[in-house]
Amino acid sequence: MQPLIRVESLRKHYRDGRVLGSGHIVSALNDVSFSIAPGSTLALVGESGSGKSTLALCLACLERPTSGRIWFGGRNIAGLDEKQLRAVRPQIQLVFQDPASSLNPRLTALEIIMEPLLLQQSWSRCKTQERGFALLKRVGLSPEMASRRAGEVSGGQRQRLAIARALSLEPRLLILDEALSALDCSVQAQIANLLLELQSSFALTYLFITHDLAMAAHLAEEIAVLSRGQIVEQGIPEKLLGSPEHEATRCLVAAMPRSIATSHTPGAC
Amino acid sequence: MESVLEVRNLRVAYFSRAGVASSAIVDVSFDVRRGEILGVLGESGSGKSTLAASLLRLLPANGKIQQGSILFEGRDVLQAGPRELESIRGRRIALINQEPLVALHPTMCVGDQVSEVLAAHEYPDKKGRRERLQQVLAGLFPAETERIASSYPHQLSGGQRQRVLIAQAIACDPCLVIADEPTASLDPTTQREILSVFENLSRRFGVAIVLITHNPSLLAGLADRVLVLYAGSVAEIGPTERVLSHSLHPYTRALLRCLPPPLCGANAANRKTKLPVIAGDAHNIGSLSLGCRFEPRCEDRFELCRTREPVAVSLADGHVVSCFKFGG
Repeated sequence: MQPLIRVESLRKHYRDGRVLGSGHIVSALNDVSFSIAPGSTLALVGESGSGKSTLALCLACLERPTSGRIWFGGRNIAGLDEKQLRAVRPQIQLVFQDPASSLNPRLTALEIIMEPLLLQQSWSRCKTQERGFALLKRVGLSPEMASRRAGEVSGGQRQRLAIARALSLEPRLLILDEALSALDCSVQAQIANLLLELQSSFALTYLFITHDLAMAAHLAEEIAVLSRGQIVEQGIPEKLLGSPEHEATRCLVAAMPRSIATSHTPGAC
Repeated sequence: MESVLEVRNLRVAYFSRAGVASSAIVDVSFDVRRGEILGVLGESGSGKSTLAASLLRLLPANGKIQQGSILFEGRDVLQAGPRELESIRGRRIALINQEPLVALHPTMCVGDQVSEVLAAHEYPDKKGRRERLQQVLAGLFPAETERIASSYPHQLSGGQRQRVLIAQAIACDPCLVIADEPTASLDPTTQREILSVFENLSRRFGVAIVLITHNPSLLAGLADRVLVLYAGSVAEIGPTERVLSHSLHPYTRALLRCLPPPLCGANAANRKTKLPVIAGDAHNIGSLSLGCRFEPRCEDRFELCRTREPVAVSLADGHVVSCFKFGG
């Protein structure tokens, strides 16, 4: 099957931020290549500073890669100009870790969801609102939530709202940048279930960026390990976690919280 | 074993401007034993940070301790005057907060910030302070003591900043350290390192640690005992192995089921299946129900649960559960 997105030797270099710096170059991504099949999930794991978020920003066309190609829908989106990107951006959406800081606190839930539609579509107000309510319902928020502001709802509800906003333009690829990390365990499970459900109903493709290997193994067909800007190992979860080959993967597996063998968890080991 | 902290029937409420009370901590009792690690497990809104603040009487102005007692090394913290409190806070009981970047002063080098704690307490002379500072930092940053001491918080990584907070906390040799989500913003490798610092403090130096977290898997293999907090009351408390692997309270059981299945190669078949969830929303602390606080979400509820609050029942091995299923 044709992959939905294919990344080829992507590089991203930043110049050292100091004003009178020596022009020292930091390479955040170094020759990264991978692809994701439509409707599947690739989990991207790695320590802080390994380049995960830079990669997310490059794929979402919010950062311009230094070199390399990103094939999406038959086009290399890394080489497009702003005008051409306007047509691509709706198809790739992001959900961030902290919905409290990624949602506008002055807008109501409904306004937050409608904003992308108002910017991108020329629908009537009525139709936009209808779609807004439908999206709220789709992510499990009641219509009463529509008039609440982001600060007035719980963390789980905020993340549902962020997902609804990301879905509003019917994207094909959703980049989940630590989207579950800030949530409580019980809420994490609820949101993970929502993501699975949305994936199967809309054939969504996910890039799931996370620290949590257990969740990555649960949600993704494949896991890629990023270390110092390079993908050092990639494979199916059983293999990658069962017999990690690269040092970085071994470190991550070793740092996993000791699993809780519960007497009542099905499949406990 | 000897207890350093005894909390009995603690009840804390926050008052709105209109004077309406919403209870945040309800009838909480527990002990912290000398040198042990007590994990406090609770989700957001369960009252874990309120509990931490109450132990040091650091509640915001609208928070009131309504009833109960807190005995620390035999002294009643709730009756202590300002002078006595000063000799406890930061010196005998240290608090480590969640966000190191917020807790540290951005324009003071971290060595001075640790010295400040010493100066406020028992090290009035400069030389003594310098020696102690050196000793504390060397314990936490053996390879680069000097560099760290003269760095500013923004020059350090998340894990290093967290270590600086630990240095401040242990500078005066406390016998109890309360750490509120100390690893929440760190990646797993750093998380593990910081947790092993706590482990070391407790095992080698006999410091008792109250480790507050929302993540049950951090506590496995680390804490000696675990206290599970739900909507401000203690669901269960007991040895870690019993609470996490043989939990009794329906809330703890439901919470642990929410975790993604452990990795053992056999989970390929379960991949992408729905995880079990706890039905309903977390309890709203404003609403006052007569019965058990978990009742609306509980799978095992009976009629009784709605009308009466369960009492804590002691079972084998110091495992205490508040649930009618076990006779509460």
